[in-house]
Amino acid sequence: MSIDATSSREPPKGASALAFRSGSADDRATPSRHRERSATRGRKPRRLTIGRIGLYGFVAVAAAFFLLPAVVMVLTSLKTMPEIREGSIFALPESFDLTAWIKAWSSACTGLDCEGIRVGFWNSVVITVPSTIASIAAGAILGYALSFWRVKGADVLFAILLLGAFLPYQIFLYPMVRAFSMVGLYNTLACIVIVHVIFGLPIMTLIFRNFYAGLPVELFNAARVDGGGFFRIFWNVMLPMSTPILIVAAILQITNIWNDFILGLVFAGRENLPMTVQLNNVVNSTYGEREYNLNMAATILTAAVPLLVYFVSGRWFVRGIAAGAVKG
Amino acid sequence: MTAPRKRPSTASLMLVPFWLVVLVAYVGTMLWTVQISFTASKLLPVDVYVGFDQYHRLFSSTRWLVSMQNAVIFGVLFITGALVLGFLLAVVLDQKVRFENTLRTVFLYPYAMSFIVTGLIWQWLMNPGLGIQKAVRDWGFESFSFAWAVDRDMALYALVLAGLWQASGLVMALMLAGLRGVDEEIWKASRIDGIPAWRVYLFVVVPMLRPLILTAVVLLSISVVKAFDLVVALTNGGPGISSDMPAKFVMDNLFTRQNIGLATAAATVMLITVAAVLVPWIYSEYFRKVRAGAAT
Amino acid sequence: MIAEATTHSTPRPGAGDHSGKARPGGAMAAGEDSSVSVRDLDIAFGAHKVIAGLDLEISPGEFLVLLGPSGCGKSTLLNAIAGLLDISDGEIWIDGKNVTWAEPKDRGIGMVFQSYALYPRMSVEKNLSFGLRIAGLPKSEIEARVKRVADLLQLDGLMRRRPSELSGGQRQRVAIGRALVRNVDVFLFDEPLSNLDAKLRNELRVEIKKLHQRLGNTMIYVTHDQVEAMTLADRIAVMRGGVIQQLGAPKDIYRRPVNRFVAGFIGSPGMNFFDGALRSGADGPAAELGDVRVPLSRYDFARPPKADGAVVFGIRPEHIGLGEVPEGHFACEGTVDLVEAMGADTIVWTSLAGAPLTIRTDGETEIRPGETIRFSFDPANACVFDTATDLRL
Repeated sequence: MSIDATSSREPPKGASALAFRSGSADDRATPSRHRERSATRGRKPRRLTIGRIGLYGFVAVAAAFFLLPAVVMVLTSLKTMPEIREGSIFALPESFDLTAWIKAWSSACTGLDCEGIRVGFWNSVVITVPSTIASIAAGAILGYALSFWRVKGADVLFAILLLGAFLPYQIFLYPMVRAFSMVGLYNTLACIVIVHVIFGLPIMTLIFRNFYAGLPVELFNAARVDGGGFFRIFWNVMLPMSTPILIVAAILQITNIWNDFILGLVFAGRENLPMTVQLNNVVNSTYGEREYNLNMAATILTAAVPLLVYFVSGRWFVRGIAAGAVKG
Repeated sequence: MTAPRKRPSTASLMLVPFWLVVLVAYVGTMLWTVQISFTASKLLPVDVYVGFDQYHRLFSSTRWLVSMQNAVIFGVLFITGALVLGFLLAVVLDQKVRFENTLRTVFLYPYAMSFIVTGLIWQWLMNPGLGIQKAVRDWGFESFSFAWAVDRDMALYALVLAGLWQASGLVMALMLAGLRGVDEEIWKASRIDGIPAWRVYLFVVVPMLRPLILTAVVLLSISVVKAFDLVVALTNGGPGISSDMPAKFVMDNLFTRQNIGLATAAATVMLITVAAVLVPWIYSEYFRKVRAGAAT
Repeated sequence: MIAEATTHSTPRPGAGDHSGKARPGGAMAAGEDSSVSVRDLDIAFGAHKVIAGLDLEISPGEFLVLLGPSGCGKSTLLNAIAGLLDISDGEIWIDGKNVTWAEPKDRGIGMVFQSYALYPRMSVEKNLSFGLRIAGLPKSEIEARVKRVADLLQLDGLMRRRPSELSGGQRQRVAIGRALVRNVDVFLFDEPLSNLDAKLRNELRVEIKKLHQRLGNTMIYVTHDQVEAMTLADRIAVMRGGVIQQLGAPKDIYRRPVNRFVAGFIGSPGMNFFDGALRSGADGPAAELGDVRVPLSRYDFARPPKADGAVVFGIRPEHIGLGEVPEGHFACEGTVDLVEAMGADTIVWTSLAGAPLTIRTDGETEIRPGETIRFSFDPANACVFDTATDLRL
């Protein structure tokens, strides 16, 4: 089987993926140049040399390092406990056994409750959806305000937010717990959603601000001459152009919020514990023999949503990572 | 007739709720934490001020000192390791290898997983009775040892390894984007000048990728500072306190040991450490550029 | 929903319904108030003062071009008139109203941008009508206005298209249309043609000129292209460093530049400059450029010259002739260094008093490098500048 190295390459969008100037007329006007570049770029493919063999050797070792854990997880989750005890972790399961998966989903125990990881799954869904929507809305409006409207003190606000993005949560947690207790919100769904919006604000503001800073100011000026106000320009002019950054923001927030552990642990309350916390409880609360097949199935289930986002979104996922800290 | 002076715009009104959030949720809680650290608070905050007593206690606590030391070792190894591995992977993928898209997916997928999941996976792989060690010994290599997570001397490196597995793909993705942005003519020029590829990478490309490397360092540093989930899932700070981290130290003292005076003192030390590095960086990255841009 | 949406500016008399018809084209009626008036304007970005104490009066129906190199403050001034940036001090009046702190939409202006700034996700029709919809005009009125502008600019077939489906020239016409539908007295153009290729630029330049003749609105037009400035303007304001160097009719600015900067900026190829000194002799004053002496008895001094002062002597390439020397002209010989054939014209490079000199002559010339040629010019066409002040003498 042979795959042409050049045709399997996507156009070299590296730079533009970071710059977020998508869909400009100039991009479209010069497709031939891009194609020409992609055909000749990189280094010339060579025949099998020592270096080439070493290269593929390194690739194979690296791929094994990254793939092995996932393979072991899937294999083990399909085995029975006697198989696990006796066989190698690399051995294939004797039969295709989904018992552990079903048990993990619907009857695994966390402490005294034995309702499976599904409770955590639905909790995570209920937390992630409103948190993602609210934090994107907040970040988009603030990012838009900071990049187009000359408001006094905007620099200071942005600086504090940036600093906040990088500070450890431990600085804020305890007073927040106290504050939420005072207003009677502590350990509720609203509490964890608000906390996610607060801690998502810096990164969301940053990526929307960077995106809007990349749009031509003349567009904003034209809309102002046309009489658009703050919300009108946002809604009718900016938002329709924001699809790429909205996708990136959604990927980023779904992944971040779903994968969160510490905030869910502290703020969500017993009724709303997200899947990551539930998983840790399932794994650590097994008495007697540890049911490794069940634990691994539960772990895969917990990782499933962000993995799905990753596989579906592909290149957008990388943009999301890069969007966070690239250029101000 | 004269028009009125400028009135407050919708935009400034819109910023008011954000100011509230920032001042209350970020600045307010931060100051509150610092305030508690100067009191004798145990289970609940009290108003008995004890000066720097909590800080004295903190820095005479072996556990805290070990945590700090661990954070430094973990940080240095994790960040340099991820940078080197990620850059190598990116360079390899830039050599027109086959299955490039598949490989990129393989290298990056762990980054989509939470630290909890990462920690649990590696906990099992390093489990002496179940994981890789058992499999390799069963193949006949009796002296093989890979029980890092339960080994006092190796637990910290178990964290580094799991961290590298999770985050190297991030560096790879960033660097690959950067490599693809390198001007084709640089490669043409270097071929005409007869400069070997590795030299071009090291002396031409790496300096060009400086901003991206900085980005990667920042993102990785954030994970180091926030390293809590990974520790909880992989080693839980153990064996003993051998792989403890500042974040975990704070959380334990806040929520299980009811020692919030000490915990807030530790959090304040974390804050000062991070801020000392961050403030100059944020200033140079964002505000110097903004100023320069406004003048043109 | 939004407060701003309901404040609909009432159409001003004269701007309204008959603006499609020609008003007395470009006439500057005496006694009428200024259409746009900028008084003692200061603009600072932080500590950096971009414009200081600038005054400018623009008559109704006038086509004023702000001309200057990039960074001279011309776009800043235009944005200040449009209300798109806050000024530090001074006043801006449009149509007899102080609009210093008014919103852009309430100033009675339309604006055309360099990058067109069309709303990318709206059709041409929506682009044109966006401002009118915000102002809450009745549907029939919006349709009528959009239709009239579409007819005027021949946009009929394009109304349903997105901006990305238009050519550069079409985009710029839509951008102009968006300014026209507002039925305002003052149009602001911010380098509207600089993103177009040379051919389209010429076509649209003519179209803008015709539009001005037809509508008779006040137009303020920013450009760094002196050809656009010369062809379009009733008056040109040449700017540098936030200061208007000279304000006047194109011909005046070309003929009688106030200083060396304006002289060098206008004209292509640029004016030839030579360092020298002013000497008075028996035949009146003369410029000594090295060993060459150019008599200036025919030169019309703008201010009384001081004898023996250092001066810069300037002469335009197109004012230098080859061959026969007319009466009273100064003549000299030089060796040809380079010949640039440009089709209609030829630029001949030679030297005068040790400094390079360009001569613009017809395209049919047979001059070759190395030849010695005799050239001449009328000293009345020259410009003499004081070296110390750069001002024209």
